[in-house]
Amino acid sequence: MTRAPAKYAHYLADFHSLTEGPGAGAPAWLQDIRDNAWSRFSGTGFPTARRGNERWKYTNVGPIAKIDFEFPLIAAAANGSKSLVPTYAIDGLAVYDLVFVDGRYSPELSSPAAGSNGITAASMAASTRDGSLDIENHVGRYAPLDDDGFAALNTAFLHDGAVIHVAHGHSEKTFVRITYLTTNGGEPKVTHPRTLLVAGRNTDVTVVESYTGPKESVYFTNAVTEISVGDGAKVDHYRLLLEGENSFHVGTSRVKQDKDSSFNSASFILGTALARNDMEVLMDAPGAFCSLNGLYLTTENQHIDNLISIDHAQPNCTSRLNYKGILDGKSRAVFGGTVMVRRDAQKSDAEQTDKNLLLSKSAEVDSKPSLLIYADDVKCSHGATAGHIDADTLFYLRSRGLDLNAASRLLIHAFAREIIDTVKLEPLKEYLDTVFTAAIPNKSLPIGVTK
Amino acid sequence: MTTAGKHSTPLLSIKGLTASAGDLEILNGIDLEVFAGEVHAVMGPNGSGKSTLANVLAGRPDYTVTGGQVLFEGQDLLKLEPEIRARMGLFLAFQYPLELPGVRAWQFLKAGVDARRLHHGDEEMSAREFDQMLKAKVAAVQIDPDLVKRAVNEGFSGGERKRNEILQMAVLEPKLALLDETDSGLDIDALRIVSDGVNMLRSPENAVILVTHYQRILNYITPNYVHVLFDGRIVRSGGPELAHELEEKGYDWIKDTVDASV
Repeated sequence: MTRAPAKYAHYLADFHSLTEGPGAGAPAWLQDIRDNAWSRFSGTGFPTARRGNERWKYTNVGPIAKIDFEFPLIAAAANGSKSLVPTYAIDGLAVYDLVFVDGRYSPELSSPAAGSNGITAASMAASTRDGSLDIENHVGRYAPLDDDGFAALNTAFLHDGAVIHVAHGHSEKTFVRITYLTTNGGEPKVTHPRTLLVAGRNTDVTVVESYTGPKESVYFTNAVTEISVGDGAKVDHYRLLLEGENSFHVGTSRVKQDKDSSFNSASFILGTALARNDMEVLMDAPGAFCSLNGLYLTTENQHIDNLISIDHAQPNCTSRLNYKGILDGKSRAVFGGTVMVRRDAQKSDAEQTDKNLLLSKSAEVDSKPSLLIYADDVKCSHGATAGHIDADTLFYLRSRGLDLNAASRLLIHAFAREIIDTVKLEPLKEYLDTVFTAAIPNKSLPIGVTK
Repeated sequence: MTTAGKHSTPLLSIKGLTASAGDLEILNGIDLEVFAGEVHAVMGPNGSGKSTLANVLAGRPDYTVTGGQVLFEGQDLLKLEPEIRARMGLFLAFQYPLELPGVRAWQFLKAGVDARRLHHGDEEMSAREFDQMLKAKVAAVQIDPDLVKRAVNEGFSGGERKRNEILQMAVLEPKLALLDETDSGLDIDALRIVSDGVNMLRSPENAVILVTHYQRILNYITPNYVHVLFDGRIVRSGGPELAHELEEKGYDWIKDTVDASV
């Protein structure tokens, strides 16, 4: 541990504070995971856009590395934070709410599931302490430490987060809402939220993972999510990045799908100073289906990087990848989509698209969808577009009485709506529609030709 | 010529209109008066400027008006943004209606109706009232009700798009409808639906300018006047019989008579 470069000294100090403070008394396996992860992180550090590092070619994490973020050892009081929790009512479903304030579970704001009916939705720190769940065999198994420093750093700080376990055969719909919020006050904060979802055989689970914080504050959310989708299970997963405008967010999500399972994901990302949404789905058994959708909206100098990978490791799997971006100001978006079809993965069916709507002349997108195909009997397609609103289309709307602003908003909204419509929960869909509609910039647009 | 209406001032009055696209002069001095209750057919060979005329009147930004005057209900039309013209009751049925992915027909049409109502100081139409009105219009213009549930023109055939224009016209109830070669490329059934839509709109209160290359649609819509455009000018005006004459003799006949008079 002494090998840590000086620039990570404050992370090392916080690492000691955690293991000796709130994270003390952890089982040996957990402390081993932390120690191992710390040595990985201190060896690799944060990624740089050096030659050959395709994963970070267009995104500079210098602004994150430069700031000495403070790791909150004591969670802020929950009161006053409640207003930050996204509000949408889910009727007719048992809803388990897990709320984390500055990285710590908030019993006041949460309504957990205790496991009595086959469903556990609880604080990871508590569950690790009382040994009520088999966390050891799942945590760190899907999210490896060797991709880059962020997952390793999160794992070194493994302590609290959400753990959801739905027992085999529990086929009733389970709905869990997880909210990670960072509070105002003090130095810029860093949190390392960790989410583990284990959906047993033939279960039906919906998880909404929301990240939020004060509008103006500088803070850093370094999240890792691990999801295991059992045989025949169905998981609907929503990631809502509703972070503050000056925040940093790096999210690493790893999903493993078993036989005939279904994983539907939608990521909604409103601009932060810098956001990275790194999601990887491993289709590890035949007959799996996944649908990964995303919508991102950026303004000013914001930067969003989506790195989405789907690994067709086994035959007869189907994947759909559809991301859309709306870019204003001098913002920049990066999309790296990779669909890998391995040699044995015959009868794979994969489609991926990334479409971007540019609302200003100085917004920029680097979109690189790619297919790596090693099997011969497959059906795969990919495509990417970036363009301004089409002048003829605007005139068509104006000729029906809509002014420029209304016409633009209608077209931008229609562009976004395709992704919002993939949300299966009506109240969540309406909530997201409201949030994104409000975020559409009110301005006259540069007119160009959409390719 | 007969006067079709009792109105003493024209709905539309065009005087000496010239317009260009880039460096290219397309309209070289158009004079035309249209009164409420009238249907005018504007015919002409390719490149004569007939589509340009319709688009300039609707305010398409691709064209620059270089001279002349256009009054619509006494107001200087050329100074107004396209959406204001639309709200005042001008409607252009597009030659190539565009796809609007993700924009539902319902939403699009209601936005148009409400924009016009607000412009005239009325309140937005309630969703319920609009639903009923739309249903009635869909039935009246004999359009497949499913088309209205889909995104505007997305995946529509050429004929379906043209029919959708007629539905939009029926919903927006314009005072002056400009049909830009709406009949081109239609089979006989679609042509009948388009014609019925136009005939349904005809009333003593409004007018239609039918831009067309072919005489065929005039078998279904009887115009009060037929104008022949050539080289950006109206070179001949007459009654419906002029269309038949054109059909017999072809546009070369017009070209020859114009050349002879120069």
